[in-house]
Amino acid sequence: MLYREAGDFKTSYTADSQTFPIRFDRYGYYFLLGFAFLVVPLIINDYWANAIVVPFLIYTIAALGLNILIGYCGQLSLGTGAFMAVGAYGSYKLMTAFPDLNIVFVIIASGVVTAGVGVLFGLPSLRIKGFYLAVATLAAQFFLIWLFTRQPWFYNYSPTGMISAPQREVFGVAVTGPRASAVAMYMICLCFLISLAWLARNLTRGTLGRQWMAIRDMDIAAEIIGVNPLMAKLTAFAVSSFFIGISGALLFTVYLGAAEAGEAFGIDKSFLVLFMVIIGGLGSIFGAFAGAAFLIVGPVMLKLLLVNTLGWPTDLAAHLEIMIIGALIIVFLILEPHGIAALWRTIKEKLRLWPFPY
Amino acid sequence: MPDTLLFAMEATLNGLTAGVMYALVALGFVLIFKASGIFNFAQGVMALFAALTLVGFQSGQIPFAHLINAVFGTRLHQFGWNMPTFLAIPATVLVMILLAVLVERYILKHLVNQEPIILFMATIGLAYFLEGVGDIMWGAEVKALDVGLPKGMSGAVDDITFAWFGYGFYIDRLELWAAGIAGILVASLTIFSQYTKQGRALRAVADDHQAALSVGISLRFIWVLTWSIAGIVALVAGIMWGSKSGVQFSLSLIALKALPVLILGGFTSIPGAIVGGLIIGVGEKLFDFFMQPVIGGATENWFAYMLALAFLLFRPQGLFGEKIIERV
Repeated sequence: MLYREAGDFKTSYTADSQTFPIRFDRYGYYFLLGFAFLVVPLIINDYWANAIVVPFLIYTIAALGLNILIGYCGQLSLGTGAFMAVGAYGSYKLMTAFPDLNIVFVIIASGVVTAGVGVLFGLPSLRIKGFYLAVATLAAQFFLIWLFTRQPWFYNYSPTGMISAPQREVFGVAVTGPRASAVAMYMICLCFLISLAWLARNLTRGTLGRQWMAIRDMDIAAEIIGVNPLMAKLTAFAVSSFFIGISGALLFTVYLGAAEAGEAFGIDKSFLVLFMVIIGGLGSIFGAFAGAAFLIVGPVMLKLLLVNTLGWPTDLAAHLEIMIIGALIIVFLILEPHGIAALWRTIKEKLRLWPFPY
Repeated sequence: MPDTLLFAMEATLNGLTAGVMYALVALGFVLIFKASGIFNFAQGVMALFAALTLVGFQSGQIPFAHLINAVFGTRLHQFGWNMPTFLAIPATVLVMILLAVLVERYILKHLVNQEPIILFMATIGLAYFLEGVGDIMWGAEVKALDVGLPKGMSGAVDDITFAWFGYGFYIDRLELWAAGIAGILVASLTIFSQYTKQGRALRAVADDHQAALSVGISLRFIWVLTWSIAGIVALVAGIMWGSKSGVQFSLSLIALKALPVLILGGFTSIPGAIVGGLIIGVGEKLFDFFMQPVIGGATENWFAYMLALAFLLFRPQGLFGEKIIERV
């Protein structure tokens, strides 16, 4: 039998607490990693990279970040777009101020900057929760976007108000700017995503992750059993904003190349990432991947079907897309409140028992 | 009197009237939140949808014409007649009631006893859905809405203030009307909830779902009722905002502006929604007036949220909200 724990003997605690306890899963994971690193770079072309793969990788990072905040720590945030903008503008300021700094460090540093801003706007979470906190994060959303569009220092006094990423290289290969190849864009996003997903997985199953989950399940009870709510909430905001900042920096430097805060990082981005987290599954690393894949690939497929195959006008297809996304959210909340990740868990459970489910 | 003071007074007055418009949207939120504990994010889109439907009825547009044309290759656009306003408004009210019934049957019924956060997200989904439906049904272009409300500068206010201060204040007549209509709306809602049978049932449900159920109040009917009323309030808000700035997508964003209004006023208080709206309206106009030379314009985008945030830190339940009590 393929999908069994049976016969896979663990001889150490490390082996016992691994992420994929079933051998089949483990091999599947190694296979996917190998596929992503070795096969995809050979076959990827500009269309695939720009339309699906690179946005998927970047939004997965954002969804991972938001999932830490909402799914693991239970703090609702509608400010994701603005935090992505902080990452983007942070990387822009760093790139222009220190032209010799390696782009990898620039992106990580802009993540750190975003973490700082996130902690600042996370401070109210100590006193307010739920919808009230959502409004507090809306304050972050509108204030930060206003800052980036109205204060010229942030866009280096450029007359258009846009920021654009100069060319930067990693190991001699251009990853940003107009001359970056699809493979280079893909590889840098993939490397960031894999390391951040690994970080998220290990943070969430350690002490910190357990503290977050205790706060999520009931903050007063968590406080009574000795979880420090100040530390737990602020670290959740910091880690989450770090992820979101990195995704914003990647979105701007690698994917968009040029951006304007109001347009590229508006409140619709906040909702997009929120939907990824809901549809994917709250409190699940796999869910972030699934939700991002669903909401990036779905619209592209729908557009292909309606516009290219049926010949409908694009605006109609766009409206239908919003409608379908809205309906899907409601359907998911009713039928499977824990998202695609829960469906996946059910499938795996069935697979383990197959062919004798009783 | 110094000019700055006069300008500030004018800004205050304009802020008051703008605040009434915010309060109109916030009212719908409060109604639904009180009756079902749902934070209805779709309220703004409901206002947009109602306004779109009203314009569509008035101008005799064929619903879903765009979609039908795309599927069947036809060229339908208009029925070829114009519906008078006094017919179009009841027709729109009927549509909003139908919407309430559908929302209850297909969404709320299945989400009873879920966590508030799940319900909140469901209303975000509803907002997206409705936005798409509205656009497909009536088209997405900016439409002018005219239900016969007066517009333009109010001559009376101009004359009076000119006589007093030697400087005429600019107040839009439409906003004066909005204030009057908001007043009537609040009064009739209060009368409805205090003195009618259904209104009392509504308050009972708001107070305690289970107790209301046990004395024989139909929860489902009350929910349909609340969502219908919220739909009608949305229609009023949609008419006001639509007459002011045209029926377009940005109308649904006023819902976001209503959030800080709610925070200030408290989620459960109808007078709170009004007072909160006025505070936000005046606050953002005055802030913009005094701070524009210092930090630049368009502070209206975020001032309300920052004010709400600062306010929350000191009084998490809002001005008139009920005290939040938490138990383990």
